[in-house]
Formats: sequence, structure tokens, C-alpha cells
Amino acid sequence: MALNRDFVGRTYPAAGTYEVARVKIKEFAAAIGDDNPIYRDPEAARAAGHPDVIAPPTFPIVFTLSGAAEALADPEFGLNFAMVVHGEQRFEYTRPIYAGDELKCTSTISEIRSVGRNELVTVTSDVTTVQGEPVCRTHNLLIERGGAA
Amino acid sequence: MTATVKYDEVEAGQQIPAVDYRVHRVDLVKYAGASGDFNPIHWNERHAKAVGLPDVIAHGMFTMAQAGRFVTDWAGDPGAVVDYGVRFSSMVVVPDNDEGAVITVSAVVEEKLDGNLVVLALTARSGDSRVLSKARATVRLA
Repeated sequence: MALNRDFVGRTYPAAGTYEVARVKIKEFAAAIGDDNPIYRDPEAARAAGHPDVIAPPTFPIVFTLSGAAEALADPEFGLNFAMVVHGEQRFEYTRPIYAGDELKCTSTISEIRSVGRNELVTVTSDVTTVQGEPVCRTHNLLIERGGAA
Repeated sequence: MTATVKYDEVEAGQQIPAVDYRVHRVDLVKYAGASGDFNPIHWNERHAKAVGLPDVIAHGMFTMAQAGRFVTDWAGDPGAVVDYGVRFSSMVVVPDNDEGAVITVSAVVEEKLDGNLVVLALTARSGDSRVLSKARATVRLA
């Protein structure tokens, strides 16, 4: 079933904020096999010129999709999750993410297009501090196999 | 935050030597837990085969993270990465044995930009497949 184009441009603020914890960064770094002390030791991070432990570049995947999850799950949108694969991912940074950051995430269904038998949907998420300082923007392209058939 | 690689010492066209990253099933279980992506194709062989896959496959984001590690280790500072994007072009199949799978990452300096920025074009392979395409990282050097 084709995805509902009426959803293009719809914006979904995530409920609440995401508090970046040192232990979560440490867990994520361990899960990607990276033993860099800058991800675990505040002293090592400060010695490298950072205010606190820094997050790996792909860390925002942990919280950026939550805002769009509700939209993607709306039956009116028509997405069959069983057929979804991850097509592309991008992270654009204004500044790094640090332990102690309290972040807000607003996701937008920015594009829907058909390629062959597949439906492609791009979700763009803007991440800011609770004070409104821009931190990063992520782009997540999902492919629904056979969705346009 | 300071990268350890100096902009003036890097040339467009410069190759960055390949690094191998080994991945076992347990790594995918750890990644599922840390990322919150519990899709069973990444840990359950029975489910993966039932949906037509050859075996359990790695999360695309796990592969992206390995290539990200390659970039941050080269630059010397994770905070130096200002833009990082990939296309997932093929699967990393992870068998249930001691060898697991290997993701081999290499890069070439594609372009030097103003503001001490360089663009790396990344290559990631597993077995005979190129598992990432359109993989680019923009990094601010010292």
C-alpha cells in the first residue's frame, strides 16, 4: 500500500526531554566496541578540551526516532513495519553531545517517494538543548519494500 | 576539542589505511540493548531465515558506528566530526561461530574545504560486499 502523502511536512515533538547520562554514553561506546576513554572518563574528556564525557557520532540514534514513532505507527500513514529496512542515515552536528545535556527532539516527515516497488520515507529530526541551542540534525531514510507495488 | 591530525599535513587523495573490525553475535545483542533496536533479524537466526535472510545480520547502525570509530580514531577527537552520512548498500551477515564477521573500513581524503574541514570518503566491506555506499564524513582538523 502506498504511503499517505498527506503526512509530508508533519512535525512531531518528542514527549519530554532526553537527558544524556554518562552511563548511557559508556554503555553505547561499549556496544560499538570503542574503548576510547573520552567516552567514559570525565577527566580524559576534559584533558581533550571537552566539558564532560562526549557521545560517539552515531549516539543520537538512541533517541531521535522516538518523536516520529507515533507518526510512523499511525494506521492512516500506511507503513508496514515488517517490510521496513534502514536505507540511509546522516548526522549533522552544530556541536557535540555531552553528558549532562538535556535535549529536545522534533521530528518531521520530510519526504516520501517511490523508487521501483519500494516506498522511501525520510524523517528529519532537529535536536536542541532545552534552552533552544541547536545541537544536531539527523536524517533517517527508511525503505518499505514492496510498498509502492 | 582538538583533532590530532593537522589540516596542513593532509592532502586530497590521501589514503587512510584499512582497519578490520570483527563482529560476533554477542556484539549485536549488546548493540540491540544499547540502541533500543530489538528487531529479531539482528539476533534470532530462526526469525532471520523465516523472513528470507541468509542468517542473522548486523544492525546497519552497528556498521555505521564501526566506520564512525575509524573516523574518530583517525581524527583523534570524536568532537571533530561535523557531518557523517551513509547509505546501507548490503548486509553484514554474522554467523554463529568463533570467527563471526569482519567489517573492513578504509578511507580517502576526498576534498579539503575552508575552515580546516576535510571530507573523507569511506569504504566498508564485509566478505565480498560493499556494505556502505555514499559514506562521507566531514571532519574539522587542527
